Amino acid sequence: MTTLLLSVQNINKRFGGLQALSEVGLQIAPGQIYGLIGPNGAGKTTFFNVITGLYTPDSGTFMLDGQPYQPTAVHEVAKAGIARTFQNIRLFGDMTALENVMVGRHVRTKAGIFGAVFRPTSVKREEAEIEDMAHDLLEYVGIGQYAHSTARNLSYGHQRRLEIARALATEPKLLALDEPAAGMNATEKVELRALLDKIRQDGRTILLIEHDVKLVMGLCDQMTVLDYGKVIAQGLPQDVQKDPAVIEAYLGTPAH
Amino acid sequence: MKNTSAVPTSSLKAIVASASVVTRSGATASSSTGSASSNKKRLAIAGFVAIALLAPFIAQTFGGNYWVRILDFALLYIMLALGLNIVVGFAGLLDLGYIAFYAVGAYLMALLSSPQLTTQFVELAQLFPSGIHLGFWWVLLIAGPVAALFGVILGAPTLKLRGDYLAIVTLGFGEIIRIFLNNLDRPVNITNGPKGINAIDPVVFFGIDLSKPQELLGVALSPGLMYYYLIMVLVIGVVFVSLRLQHSRIGRAWVAIREDETAAKAMGINTRNVKLLAFAMGATFGGISGVVFGAFQAFVSPESFVLWESIYVLAIVVLGGMGHIPGVILGGILLVGFQEFLRELAEPVQKMLFGQVYIDAEVLRQLLFGLALVVIMLYRPSGIWPAPKREDRPVVRTGARSDTSRLEGGAS
Amino acid sequence: MDIFIQQVVNGLVLGCIYALIALGYTMVYGILGIINFAHGDVLMVGALTALSAILGLQYLFPGMPQWLMLVVATLIAMPVCAFLSYGIERVAYRPLRNAPRLAPLITAIGISIILQTLAMIIWSRNPLIFPTLLPSSPIDIFSTGAVITGKEIVIIVLSFVVMVGLLLLVNRTKLGRAMRATAESPRIASLMGVNPNFVISATFMIGAALAAVAGVMMATNYGNAHFYMGFIPGLKAFTAAVLGGIGNLAGAMIGGILLGLIEALGAGYIGDFTNDVFGSNYQDVFAFIVLIVVLVFRPSGIMGERVADRA
Repeated sequence: MTTLLLSVQNINKRFGGLQALSEVGLQIAPGQIYGLIGPNGAGKTTFFNVITGLYTPDSGTFMLDGQPYQPTAVHEVAKAGIARTFQNIRLFGDMTALENVMVGRHVRTKAGIFGAVFRPTSVKREEAEIEDMAHDLLEYVGIGQYAHSTARNLSYGHQRRLEIARALATEPKLLALDEPAAGMNATEKVELRALLDKIRQDGRTILLIEHDVKLVMGLCDQMTVLDYGKVIAQGLPQDVQKDPAVIEAYLGTPAH
Repeated sequence: MKNTSAVPTSSLKAIVASASVVTRSGATASSSTGSASSNKKRLAIAGFVAIALLAPFIAQTFGGNYWVRILDFALLYIMLALGLNIVVGFAGLLDLGYIAFYAVGAYLMALLSSPQLTTQFVELAQLFPSGIHLGFWWVLLIAGPVAALFGVILGAPTLKLRGDYLAIVTLGFGEIIRIFLNNLDRPVNITNGPKGINAIDPVVFFGIDLSKPQELLGVALSPGLMYYYLIMVLVIGVVFVSLRLQHSRIGRAWVAIREDETAAKAMGINTRNVKLLAFAMGATFGGISGVVFGAFQAFVSPESFVLWESIYVLAIVVLGGMGHIPGVILGGILLVGFQEFLRELAEPVQKMLFGQVYIDAEVLRQLLFGLALVVIMLYRPSGIWPAPKREDRPVVRTGARSDTSRLEGGAS
Repeated sequence: MDIFIQQVVNGLVLGCIYALIALGYTMVYGILGIINFAHGDVLMVGALTALSAILGLQYLFPGMPQWLMLVVATLIAMPVCAFLSYGIERVAYRPLRNAPRLAPLITAIGISIILQTLAMIIWSRNPLIFPTLLPSSPIDIFSTGAVITGKEIVIIVLSFVVMVGLLLLVNRTKLGRAMRATAESPRIASLMGVNPNFVISATFMIGAALAAVAGVMMATNYGNAHFYMGFIPGLKAFTAAVLGGIGNLAGAMIGGILLGLIEALGAGYIGDFTNDVFGSNYQDVFAFIVLIVVLVFRPSGIMGERVADRA
């Protein structure tokens, strides 16, 4: 039994009169791609925001990589090892692709004001490593040649990859992707799937929210299905797919 | 710090690195057609430097001391704009009260290097019988940290505010500081209120008093001229630091916050601290400029730190090219230059065309300034000289790694 | 103790004026999400236009009753300001609706400067005397020792009438419904057949008309008018709008009056509280301190903010 990478239990979150999440829990083993699906409004993004510190849960416990984990401040989350992408792509539009990924290195590097102004050898080396790794990551996700393009001028598909590269730059234990395939056409989805596969093969753990059930079924090792803030099914994709509660929630299984 | 997940991160690096070695070997080297344009660029910079070095002599010959002093003020405004550029241009924090830091520096110089405090406070006069004359260089050293502290104090309440509100609050702070400076002559007279503080010590450089005409190798050096070179050295220093900051981890963090603060936080940037750093750096430059101003003009009063001045410096940054250092410098030159030309020509031209002066030079200048703000925001919002994009420059790897022996991942 | 009542009276007058100005800010922010920096200067144009109108009326119709002159002058100033504000929106804000937030703020500052310099040119750089057309002899208030003048009573009463009128407009008329809908969600409102541009223009114009009235009140109260009279009161009125809850009409009214009271009482008592270290010359600082305190501790204001959902 390998140690779990992320273990989440009894998450509750209420917004005024709406119980957005009730007793949600899941467990992700290292090296998995874990899927989180559910109809619109089920609470998937809320859950995401809870584990990445944007919302504070009313109750619940987290364990990341065997250590208790308190996602209080948003900027601590990346340091702890969870990096996320956003549903409606939040890149640093005016920066180049390279610079975007270099910002991803911020949390693992340490040069401050004095380092910036005086540039001792250690800082020079750190900067060179940052730039190198950024180039490497851009190539890894397949947009290496766009390194100097302004992020907002990239095509939609390339922007999504850039966001993933930037998240990878933080050297996360868990890569959390919020609907990475949204708005993509069939070809782009195939490429995305290949990229996510590659990331998994290289030892990363991924938590994935997706609407495209076919994509998720083929890709994920384990899944959780949410509906109205509650977990209605959990386990292997083929089991979840057959679960009557899930079928009922979706009222129509994948037909793409 | 090694993580404990099943597959070490270093292996990821190894795989990524091997992929990049393959692609790098296939990449073409950059062509050298770039050298022609970089020669032109070097020529332009050389020309600019030459003009900058000779400007005060030219001004003195053709315009006299008045125009040399104009150049000095232009440099001071440029220094201010470069400082504000860090706050507004890099970090995107709309500060409408920036002139407050200029005031801090100026009044520090005024209080620590003039008769004001010893005249007002008998105890101090007894402690310092020959007066408090710390001198420019010591005050300059102190002003940096003091101004930075003010930057943090004034910035701290604004950290959670969105753009418009941030502007109004910083405006409020600027006004509060000015009102205090204007009124701290009762019950104890610290700032001498609206009358200001004069007889501020000039800059003394290795025994040479810059406020008195000097002679060097037969060349007459007026005070305005000497101050020009002093201020220019400081401006060069500010430019240097700004450039270093721009291309650094902190500089990138600032731009990230400007572009999308939520995403920046998600990438692990402690936005509160990084924003405070921006305020502190900007304030430091503002404070240093203020010290120079105090020594140069030998007189400070709250009149020099009104809201209009904050707006003026902001205009230089925004119209010049937000975040782009050469653009900001150009903006400063244009705005101050244009203002002076207008001052010179407005009335004679009107007399010539209409027989009488309908609009004062001063009013006309302000009117055109307002128009410029509107027109440029409508038609060229990124400024006169925004940062060039150069998206099609070739992707050349100039990084530290030139051999493949570092394939096994380094420190995390 | 009599200074308390007096300062309450002063604060009420000041507050009514702030409330009228604040309404303009809050309505625009509620729909567009921007601070109409030039609003205070529209007030100034209103006051100066009214002044010119009065001087004209005095010349043309010397027999006209004074209060009537004031009414006519105000009625002339209101449409002038309304069209001015309409023009500002078309020229400076509408083209920049999708630009980053910095841009409309800068153009607003530019417009503010333009208005002030034009005022300097058209009228004068010096303060001009605004004729006292309303009774200004002090009336004792029930032997409390405080006094109030006729013009102050008019200001208070008129402000309340105008505020009630605005609330009726917004809550009982078709235009008002359209305004409220657009303030909630411009996109959905347009799907319901509301023309958002029309509503936005109407909002600017109504706000400007209110500012014109406020400008005339200010000029009447202080006896003068000058090119810089609108800027700082404008900022303070914005503070009042934030205090009450930006986008919230009732909030702007309450915020305005509250700010007026805070300022007047503060200025009146600060000498006592600080042993004369700080005097009433620090009056302007109060509004800014209120602004900072509100934004840091309760940014949604007293009554909660209402800003358009522009997701």
